[in-house]
Amino acid sequence: MSQRVGIIGFGQTYHRSRRDDVTGIELINEAVRSALEDAELTIKDIDAVVIGNMDHFEAVNYVDTWSVDGSGAWMKPLIKLTTGGTTGSTLGIAGYHHAASGLFDVVLVIGWEKNSESDTTGAIITCSDPIFDRFSFSGALPGLAVEASAYIKRYGITEEDAARVAVRDRTHGANNPYAQLQTPVTVEEVMKSPMLSWPIKLLDICPRSDGAAAVIFAGERKARQMCPQPAWVHSTAVRHSHAYFCDVNYEELHTLEGAVRELYDHVGIKEPLKELDVVELYQPYSFAGLKWIEAMGLCKPGESPRLIWDGATDMGGELPFNPSGGVICTNCIGATGLLRIGEAALQVMGRAAGRQVPDVNLALATGFGGAYWSDLMLLGRRPW
Amino acid sequence: MDKDELIHLHVDVDLPYRWAAGRYGSIMLKALRDEKKILGNCCPQCNKVYVPPRVVCGPCFVAPDEVVELSDTGTLAGYSVVNYPFIDPETGQKRPVPYTYAYIQLDGCDSYLSHLIDETDPARLSPGMRVKAVFRSDADRVGRLQDILHFKIIE
Repeated sequence: MSQRVGIIGFGQTYHRSRRDDVTGIELINEAVRSALEDAELTIKDIDAVVIGNMDHFEAVNYVDTWSVDGSGAWMKPLIKLTTGGTTGSTLGIAGYHHAASGLFDVVLVIGWEKNSESDTTGAIITCSDPIFDRFSFSGALPGLAVEASAYIKRYGITEEDAARVAVRDRTHGANNPYAQLQTPVTVEEVMKSPMLSWPIKLLDICPRSDGAAAVIFAGERKARQMCPQPAWVHSTAVRHSHAYFCDVNYEELHTLEGAVRELYDHVGIKEPLKELDVVELYQPYSFAGLKWIEAMGLCKPGESPRLIWDGATDMGGELPFNPSGGVICTNCIGATGLLRIGEAALQVMGRAAGRQVPDVNLALATGFGGAYWSDLMLLGRRPW
Repeated sequence: MDKDELIHLHVDVDLPYRWAAGRYGSIMLKALRDEKKILGNCCPQCNKVYVPPRVVCGPCFVAPDEVVELSDTGTLAGYSVVNYPFIDPETGQKRPVPYTYAYIQLDGCDSYLSHLIDETDPARLSPGMRVKAVFRSDADRVGRLQDILHFKIIE
């Protein structure tokens, strides 16, 4: 009964720091209409809907039912998923599972967030254990900064190395009309930006965005009927590793290491730097663009600055990262992981317009949650 | 529609919770309150020592049933000096900044403890530094992790 699955449509909103003109339901509807238009389908073609966000940001904990008009899920099979930072990648993986099971042929997957509706850091803190983590936990920035503090000390990484990663993503973001931040920045500007949570400065970190994304997955028969070049799902991997923030292994991102090992082994990738064609990395801050590409096996630990300064991960480089501008340019959190999948799909389909990497055969999309867990989805031009 | 005409509703929510610390959490928090001791527990299979003590070792999925006393000194593993304001969901108020959020590996323990350091100059902090717990006074300890006021640098 199981079937191969391809992505046949992708839609997103024009992401902004505030979308005062729409409710969450209206925002969701914009992305859904855009995805249906992209795939040249109507809502009648959709067999099931998967939706999610980080519901403590908007404090509407009944999102599946509440948004049913906007999502188009009225009287259809519908499920809501929330996994923190990885919500968007979880949604994509769940959409793939729905279609791959053969129980549903065409599955609409929606991720969204209106970060402007609450205090983002305050809301994020409510993800943590109330007895042992919450009084000291300070949200995403310091949660990431502790990783950076250990990493830069261990390998002699400089703040300029990280700034160069931010410069790359901000440069790429200028090619993406949907990105919230479309203005390139320089290393000097990153270095001079206000220190928010040492060693993370304002221009090292992602913004808060209002936005939504929708991706349509289809089983092989329908995908071939409905789309001239689907982005075929080759493999997915998920790793979670701990209960408390204080359990995290800050020396290695072993969830990402474990996930890429499973995925590379599954599809036979030996040299990811050569064999992958583009990566949409869930990279919420610049230092992750160094340490995490080491976890992905692109170079040895501590050697990532050379790849970054050489431009290996720039557009036109050996393995371009984040042609969309990535998370540093847009972060509507419940949509963020799904944007990585949607943008990777556009690259495989050859429909990424001004941000297209030439001749993409394999595109990797990742997801990351604040408690250092990792999701992956590998997409390819031919069915796996 | 004109921006000025768009309506927003601003609501502050006061929503009380009552959280269980659980069996091992209660053992730990009582020792903190009554004896100024930090307790962890040890997995009989992998010998890993955890703080806070817990009902199961995740990797082995067995009960770490041996409770062990940990040192009040340890090593700074990672940290950040927080400079930006935000609403603390614990209080509903802005949390005062700057302060230093840190992960501390207590001597004799394999996991870290999330806590605070009483030093906010990044130039005077470094991973690997030795730190020691500063407890609140007897009257101010109520059986929560904040019964440790913060950690101080001891070198």
